[in-house]
Amino acid sequence: MAADDDLDLRSLDDDELVKQMHDDLYDGLKEEVEEGVHILLERGWQPYDVLTKALVGGMTIVGIDFRDGILFVPEVLLAANAMKGGMAILRPLLAETGAPTVGKMVIGTVKGDIHDIGKNLVSMMMEGAGFDVVDLGINCAVEKYLDALEQHKPDILGMSALLTTTMPYMKVVIDTMKEKGIRDDYIVLVGGAPLNEAFAQAVGADAYCRDAAVAVETAKTFVARRHNRGPAQVAACA
Amino acid sequence: MARIAPPRTLLIACGALAREVLALIRLNGWSHMDLACLPAHLHNKPQRIPEAVRAKIRAARRDYQRILVLYGDCGTGGVLDEVLADEGVERIPGPHCYAFYSGLDAFLAQAEADPACFYLTDYLARHFERLVIQGLGLDRHPELLPLYFGNYEKLVYLAQLPDPQLEQQAKAAALRLGLAYEHRPTGYGGLQDFLRRAS
Repeated sequence: MAADDDLDLRSLDDDELVKQMHDDLYDGLKEEVEEGVHILLERGWQPYDVLTKALVGGMTIVGIDFRDGILFVPEVLLAANAMKGGMAILRPLLAETGAPTVGKMVIGTVKGDIHDIGKNLVSMMMEGAGFDVVDLGINCAVEKYLDALEQHKPDILGMSALLTTTMPYMKVVIDTMKEKGIRDDYIVLVGGAPLNEAFAQAVGADAYCRDAAVAVETAKTFVARRHNRGPAQVAACA
Repeated sequence: MARIAPPRTLLIACGALAREVLALIRLNGWSHMDLACLPAHLHNKPQRIPEAVRAKIRAARRDYQRILVLYGDCGTGGVLDEVLADEGVERIPGPHCYAFYSGLDAFLAQAEADPACFYLTDYLARHFERLVIQGLGLDRHPELLPLYFGNYEKLVYLAQLPDPQLEQQAKAAALRLGLAYEHRPTGYGGLQDFLRRAS
């Protein structure tokens, strides 16, 4: 729209600008979102606040409307691309300013599966929620997952699959973790279009996450439970 | 001795198979078989397939002695098979039509060796523009192409029938997606075998 095209983001106060950035994210306007990020930073906002209030806040609305069937995959991808633009500006600043980290996740699509749209959305939303994300990419064999677990010592292992033919590989990974006696050292979350709760349970995952927003909430819940468990166990032993 | 008439059979199929199933019925004179299709676009929401199939089965029970389902798992994650087990109805084996056209073992081995293939059948080659380009929003947002297809390397056209025009369309589709192209004639493959056994 012409009016929106002409809108000077700098003329907006902070609240208006954040709302406008939510709209721009919703509409997948990457350049406008990037400009909004720069303006908020110039106004002295902490990178973490820009991330959570402007970007994650906007993507949360996108996620809800996707779940409700108001938005479809192309629109979600455009919004994600706009958020990615904002994240690229914030990422180095977040590292510099020591923004709080909720936990660490290693994630990848399973062997034989190259479909990474869902996995990329989850990675981005997890990062936005304060998780340190190690993205292993696509077509990950069990050895790749295990090496990454050993190297990065994450709280969470995330596995994604789009194909009915590749999703059983999640069980291969989890069974290997069991054989090596490390299964209970990690929270295992699984996701992908053909999966469901029953499948996650059957392969021995901790939870099935039907979309990126659910993945974030599930991850937060499990990590909080895990962190709470430590002191309690110590107290029980004392 | 009078020959026993084969049971009146309903084939419940994905709309993407309609033309091929009707051709097989006609070619083989399977006059005891009828076809009922569900819309192919259900694949965009595969979680809706199992209950849609169940509804078709239940609506047809009274009129048919036997019902067969021509769907792969089609991304339902085993839920379609649970529904079919509930209803006592058999389906063609395989995860999707690419596999049963190609032959299950051959397809799975090939997919494992080379997972970066995007497949077209005759149906998908014919409707590529509507189902792939428009369906994924690439007509409106061509900038999404690398997000959808960036990990693919090759478009494999699994051809049911020799058709130079469709082959041209499949080639053009590969070009449009920026993928290498392979033409792999399959015939009706496992679809024909399954129906022949059921006839």
